[in-house]
Amino acid sequence: MERIFFKFNKEIFSKRGDLKIAPLNNTYNWNLRQRIFNIVIFSMGIFIIIILAGILITLFYGSFPALKKFGLNFFINKEWDPVFNKFGSLPVLIGTLLTSFIALFISIFFSLSISILLGEYFKKGGFSNFIKTSVELLAAVPSVIYGFWGLFVIVPLIRTLEIKLTLPSYGVGIFTASLILAIMIIPYAASIGREMIELVPSDIKEAAYALGATRYEVIKKVILPYSKSGIIAGVFLALGRALGETMAVTMLIGNSNFIPKTIFHPCNTMASVIANEFTEATTEIYTSSLIEIGLILFFVTVIINLIGKYIIKKFTIETRRENG
Amino acid sequence: MRGKLILFTIIAITMTVLLMIIGCGNNKSSEVELLGAGATFPYPLYSKMFSEYYKEKGIRVNYQAIGSGGGIRQLLNKVVDFGGTDAFMSDGSLAKATAKILHIPTCLGAVVVTYNLPGNPKLKLTSDIIADIFLGKIKKWNDDRIKKLNPEVGLPDSNITVVHRSDGSGTTFIFSDYLSKVSKKWREKVGRGKSLNWPVGLGGKGNPGVAGLIKQTPNSVGYVELIYALQNNMPFATIKNKKGNFIVPSLKSVSLAAQINIPDDTRISLTDTDAEKGYPISSFTWIILYQEQNYNSRSYERAKATVDLLWWIIHNGQKYNKELEYAPLPASAVEKAEKILKSVIYNGKNIL
Amino acid sequence: MDKKIIFRIFKDKLFKFIVICTSGLVLIPLVFIILYIIKNGISVINLEFLFTLPKPIGEAGGGIIHSLTGTFILIILASLFSIPLGIGAGIYAVEHKKSKVAKIIIFSVEILQGIPSIVIGIIGYMWLVKPIGQFSALSGGITLGIMMLPIVIKATEETLKLIPFSLKEAAIALGVPYYKAILKVILPSAKSGIITGILVGIARISGETAPLLFTAFGNNFLNFNIFKPIDALPLLIFNYATSPYKEWHKIAWGASFVIVILILVLNISTRLVVKKWRT
Repeated sequence: MERIFFKFNKEIFSKRGDLKIAPLNNTYNWNLRQRIFNIVIFSMGIFIIIILAGILITLFYGSFPALKKFGLNFFINKEWDPVFNKFGSLPVLIGTLLTSFIALFISIFFSLSISILLGEYFKKGGFSNFIKTSVELLAAVPSVIYGFWGLFVIVPLIRTLEIKLTLPSYGVGIFTASLILAIMIIPYAASIGREMIELVPSDIKEAAYALGATRYEVIKKVILPYSKSGIIAGVFLALGRALGETMAVTMLIGNSNFIPKTIFHPCNTMASVIANEFTEATTEIYTSSLIEIGLILFFVTVIINLIGKYIIKKFTIETRRENG
Repeated sequence: MRGKLILFTIIAITMTVLLMIIGCGNNKSSEVELLGAGATFPYPLYSKMFSEYYKEKGIRVNYQAIGSGGGIRQLLNKVVDFGGTDAFMSDGSLAKATAKILHIPTCLGAVVVTYNLPGNPKLKLTSDIIADIFLGKIKKWNDDRIKKLNPEVGLPDSNITVVHRSDGSGTTFIFSDYLSKVSKKWREKVGRGKSLNWPVGLGGKGNPGVAGLIKQTPNSVGYVELIYALQNNMPFATIKNKKGNFIVPSLKSVSLAAQINIPDDTRISLTDTDAEKGYPISSFTWIILYQEQNYNSRSYERAKATVDLLWWIIHNGQKYNKELEYAPLPASAVEKAEKILKSVIYNGKNIL
Repeated sequence: MDKKIIFRIFKDKLFKFIVICTSGLVLIPLVFIILYIIKNGISVINLEFLFTLPKPIGEAGGGIIHSLTGTFILIILASLFSIPLGIGAGIYAVEHKKSKVAKIIIFSVEILQGIPSIVIGIIGYMWLVKPIGQFSALSGGITLGIMMLPIVIKATEETLKLIPFSLKEAAIALGVPYYKAILKVILPSAKSGIITGILVGIARISGETAPLLFTAFGNNFLNFNIFKPIDALPLLIFNYATSPYKEWHKIAWGASFVIVILILVLNISTRLVVKKWRT
């Protein structure tokens, strides 16, 4: 059926998309308008590519002074010293890694539960909708409100905990920021995980049931192993989100440019250091170092996001192909 | 249905275009809106001053308190009409600017050492103790040196949580300038500046951020401008000055600290003052602007409005200082400021 | 045999229980946050709050009208930038989907979607503030527009892909020129999907703060001039929340309440749109 339409197309349309068959209106107007339309949407498409290229170029251009001055040492230096213009990004790199991975670790259990709940147990119906909506609401709350709420509700709690553990009672710090970050990324991993679990073909599930497996056993031994890569992709995307998260982290991490001694100490992430210091970086090298951090952040988040999306695509295509 | 959608879209677009026309119309009309950015140190005062200025003259002054570092940077980028800073620009940075920048003092303030301790006690501190606390060398509140100075105060056996600025701050500059003068250790290890490599502590954004953190963190200590401590009922320390007297920061002790010779360009540090009863961590705060006001196609009206605003600040505006515990400018400072303002030019011609 | 089976059934029921409980736990912070916002926010909201300007520090009262109108204006600017551009690019990507350019466009959109908001803020500053010499609502709006763009493009692309080929064929067979077929036949039937994408995009950017830190900059006065700095609800919340003043904290809660209501309304509208135009 499709083949016929295709041939039909080729015969009726010339390359520019206007009809070869005698038109009912003035051909000249159509040609012009058609061409304009094509040019307009083409340039809009190209514009998107230009924006992306522009972002890359601007980031490189802005970080050039810092790249030239510090080179690879930028990643190893742990001094972030605006007075003597010595900048090393190691503290913020560590801060970013710590907060993101702790947040990921905390959130995985919850995301997985929700994925299984919505993908297996309650695929449809009132309760399912209720949970789905609630999780979507979690994703809809803006970052700055999470930070605000965290500042007034979670920070005092953590402070009390720190006093009990005889740690310095900052309240803010890596742990607090990771906690709020975990709550923020649960919706992302959960929704992707659910989609992946739903993709598991019913025939292998039914085969397991036919052999007498309980639901739990089917989940543990069939569904999860099968959708493993999809779930990992969800984790990647959640990680990408966590790395770039700015406002909530800025308000809760304590803003200190040192390598933290424990997770209850303050630190900075790549995003929070830019947010705090960009408008006032007074020297060129200071601004340039901050832009270089932006460049690093750009690459890290983009690569992780792309890996995640690639895994999902491969998994989805494979599964669809198997399902015939 | 489609008709309704088209109608709706037309209405929405018309409204938007109208809005933008009104907006642009506003731009062309006589209502000049001035944009300033910078120090949080004088922000409560500027906030009051600009609100009154609007009532008096109908001119809006939009001041964003992003820290002195931000004020300097945005003026250098020529993105604001004036900057606010408590750290006067050094000769080096002035030389790097593309045009001459002037400093106009607007008021005097005090940087106080404020803290969060049970019972809000009034502490006495000396310069070396303060330096050591912020260097991380004195770690507990009931350290012997603090106890010796404050025998009647029940100091807890808990760790000191230091709070400092996370942004580029003139308040930090004043504080570190003082510490550099009184402590060799500080001068060598940390130095003076708007952003420092702090040995310990949490960072808060702006004076409000630091005050907010201290208020909510027990056993913490930090430095803020006097009014922030007063407005939030936070206690602050009495500090021993150069002459050996313990001085309470107040508008009186700050004014006394300013009774010295002020240079013509008004760039001077008042910390560690020689004055007998002067508070040792006092400072001017300045508004900075370009001498030649015709840059980036600024209009004459805009330049005049800026200069008029500054003239008002150093004269009529000064009456708002006292109730917010900022000291008014001494007569000698006003005189120098007037001279500087008169030197502001537009296309080579004096504005005033 | 019996015991083993009972044990397996027990594990099964236990697992279900654990999954339900853990999922329930996730709801706790959500409920907590929403309740907190409602409790602290609703007491602040009154006519003065919604329609007046802020007072100087330390004085009670004052309102958020400058931020409300600011957010509104920024949303309009961002939409004006991203909707035409997004739909156009989406149409190109789907109509010419075999071409290399279209594949690069789709790839670029995937990358754009993942860029953190603070990096886009840096770009906004470098492109729109520094060269012009002024912080402005326009720069903030366009920066937000760049963030909204991938969402609109994706929504357009996905919806257009779902439209049966035969629709376009029928139109063209009837003599409608190609470009008109797209504009007047295909797009209207893609309406619901695209509008959903737009609403989702707006919900996303109305809470964004980071891009505005270096572009819109903030303003204590009411401002309709897009070439001047402007305030926005998220900026207000950020500045007031980190301050020590109790009055400002209360206002920040009120503003949070307003944003959350706005996002809720947008989400509900999305559902309604999908329901209504599901052909």
